Amino acid sequence: MMLPVWLSKTAWPSNTADSVQSAFLIVTAVCCVLLLGVTATMIAFLIKYNSRRNPVPGPDRENLSLEIVWTVVPVAIVLGMFYVGWVNFDYIRDAPADTMNISVLGRQWQWSFTYANGRQSGKLRVPLGKPVKLEMTSADVIHSFYIPAFKVKEDVVPGMKTHLWFIADRPGAYDIFCTEYCGLGHSRMRAKLIVMPVAEFNGWYRQKAEPPPNRGLALLQAKGCLGCHNVTSQVKVGPGFKGIYGSRVTVLVKGREQVMTVDEAYLKFMITNPDVWVVKGFPPIMPKIPLTEEETGEIIQYIKTLK
Amino acid sequence: MKGQASYLEPGEGRGGFWAGWMLSTDHKRIGVMYLAALLSFFSAGVVLGLLIRLNLIDPGLVMGPQRYNEVFTTHGIIMIFLFIIPGVPVAFGNFFLPLMLGANDVAFPRINRLSWWVYLAGATMIAAALFINGHPPDTGWTFYAPYSIRTHTNVTLAVMGVFVLGFSSILTGLNFITTVHTMRAPGMTWFRLPLFVWTLYATAWVQLLATPVLAITLVFIALGRVFGVGFFDPSRGGDPIIYEHLFWTYSHPAVYIMILPAMGIISEVVPVFARKAIFGYKAVAYSAIAIAGVGYLVWGHHMFTSGMSGKARIIFSLITFLVAVPSGIKVFNWVATLYRGSIRMDAPLYFAASFIFLFSLGGLTGLIQSALAPNLNLHGTYWIVGHFHYVMFGGAGSALFTGLHYWFPKMFGKMYSQRRAKIGCLIFFIGFNLLYFPMFILGLNGMPRRYFDYPRRYFTGHLISTMGSWVLAAGLIVIFSNLIKALISGEPAPANPWGGRTLEWQTSSPPPHENFEIPPFLEETGEGKSGFRAGEAG
Repeated sequence: MMLPVWLSKTAWPSNTADSVQSAFLIVTAVCCVLLLGVTATMIAFLIKYNSRRNPVPGPDRENLSLEIVWTVVPVAIVLGMFYVGWVNFDYIRDAPADTMNISVLGRQWQWSFTYANGRQSGKLRVPLGKPVKLEMTSADVIHSFYIPAFKVKEDVVPGMKTHLWFIADRPGAYDIFCTEYCGLGHSRMRAKLIVMPVAEFNGWYRQKAEPPPNRGLALLQAKGCLGCHNVTSQVKVGPGFKGIYGSRVTVLVKGREQVMTVDEAYLKFMITNPDVWVVKGFPPIMPKIPLTEEETGEIIQYIKTLK
Repeated sequence: MKGQASYLEPGEGRGGFWAGWMLSTDHKRIGVMYLAALLSFFSAGVVLGLLIRLNLIDPGLVMGPQRYNEVFTTHGIIMIFLFIIPGVPVAFGNFFLPLMLGANDVAFPRINRLSWWVYLAGATMIAAALFINGHPPDTGWTFYAPYSIRTHTNVTLAVMGVFVLGFSSILTGLNFITTVHTMRAPGMTWFRLPLFVWTLYATAWVQLLATPVLAITLVFIALGRVFGVGFFDPSRGGDPIIYEHLFWTYSHPAVYIMILPAMGIISEVVPVFARKAIFGYKAVAYSAIAIAGVGYLVWGHHMFTSGMSGKARIIFSLITFLVAVPSGIKVFNWVATLYRGSIRMDAPLYFAASFIFLFSLGGLTGLIQSALAPNLNLHGTYWIVGHFHYVMFGGAGSALFTGLHYWFPKMFGKMYSQRRAKIGCLIFFIGFNLLYFPMFILGLNGMPRRYFDYPRRYFTGHLISTMGSWVLAAGLIVIFSNLIKALISGEPAPANPWGGRTLEWQTSSPPPHENFEIPPFLEETGEGKSGFRAGEAG
């Protein structure tokens, strides 16, 4: 069941934003009335019964019926608020049967999206007006997938599948935020949601994924390395890759500084044992990424080309 | 009463200054030491909070992202575990529970001293986690797994510090329960207990029963970090959601450990300054017990978006709405107590009125986020940050300031400048709302909490909030410089400056070591009214 929507449906970019907002407005309106009532009464009493105006206090009287009223009425009010929150909630949480499903993987500090046909993307592209269901999980710690414009979120938990669904009602680009604290790059764990007209979406969806220009780059992307490293020389969380090969870096080895040249052996050691040596000036937070020997080689070869 | 030395003066056979305080079993000395420790930690927490706010108007201005995460975590750990959870019970509870009961001390004075030492030990461990090699914890005060198991910062020492603090809390709870049961003055029946005592009693049960859950949960985190036991780590067969359940099973009742005694202070102050008995004494007393009881069953609202089943969310939402009712009743009864009173607008009532507004706003925004659909938008955003600062700082914090101004003359035998206290209160109130109200707007528009950096469109809200933090800090400086000045050179306070009717006002200011020269008793009239007439000593 939907509540009577006295706001134009098109005012909101998704069905979920619409129902969340109508419940929010009703509950908030009631709370504002209560707050204003209590505050105004308190101020009126403080002024009216000031000791200068009212030097002798009135008799101490109990008033049982008044107390019953202000117990029963608030119970009724909160039950009403609970109901308003609940009816909309069922609609927002329970996805219909005919959704288009997209897998979402969260990892420190990057989102990636995989479609039914195997297409992968770092941006969440969805068709306008079609129900979309996100099936989400995490590769490391708890994250939370939040689309502020659509007013919905759900935690993304390792070892568990969670979901969200929505119908996007307005084309455009929207923010995606992580709202469960997940470490150093938490505030940078953002992505874009792109709502496209159906025909345009279908064109993008059917088009074969651009062949990765390079397998090393594809691996950096797929394994989440680019959550913390840039392929330019810019520092993100860890060092940027461009120009790093052949450069000399200061590394902390058991707390002692040592200057090393970045060569193949160095890169291989740093990728496979990220917690042993730490480059000076960077936090010791790189996780061990499961990679085969061959994949590590591809990545090193790619980094060598970044000059 | 002039003949006896006050508890502040060194007594015979009590050793020098340090031993006289640290080895003392006098509940008043212990309460004052707790108060000093609490306010020191509070100051440290405020400084960290100001740094967070400062950094948010220009991320990177004073610290980078790693340092920022450590600072907001430390701010939370200090404010929650070292200031506001022990808060009112250890400072004012210790000092005034025996006085209000007409007793000469708590039931187990030496256990009380042990609680104080254990508190210091826990606080030392937490301080060590901040300063010894490596980094301070960067997990947020909630220590969510599996991040807290994987991070390289000093989480193990910090959670063990919180574990130790838990024992202090449990022992204090045990002591207070026994004291209320066994140490009441002749004639003080349960329904003639001051309401502050009722709330301390309800709180003590929560401390006793809920704290062990937190303790064992934090031991699991430490075991996970040191021995690789995978209770909460899915890569080792554990479940991070179990951690959330266990953590909030304690930490939600902990919210009531913070707010119940705060409500007790307001229930004492409002009637005294309105010259009326509290309206609906029994309802206020029962609502404290109801909040403590039902408060155990609502922890799931911290986990609405955790991936919990829809049914569980619906049940937790329903119970959360119901637990709001007793809090509402208290607010109505405080306001009704003012009706036809003869109100003296002294400084403590300024703070109490400010509490009623800030706490009501905090409580009502709590209702909005407990509604399941709106919660989907508000959870994990600045809305939540705004809400809990209104409840904890605006609520529990303001009540602590109320108690401080109400009982300061009794505790230290000195009067402060009322005018400066009122000015300080108004500056604090304005700064508070400037600081925290914009957070509701930010959160409603999607600004996530615990963000080092944010999209440009949230800048204005952050700027107003940060400027509010400076106003609030100015208010705190006025409030506390006034009290410190009074401590050094204040006028001597009379025994009963406000016309209070509870027993602590029947003895001198400051009270003698043994509290009462002649043990007090209560006349056999006035059951069911907090404004009972205390029997005149002798």
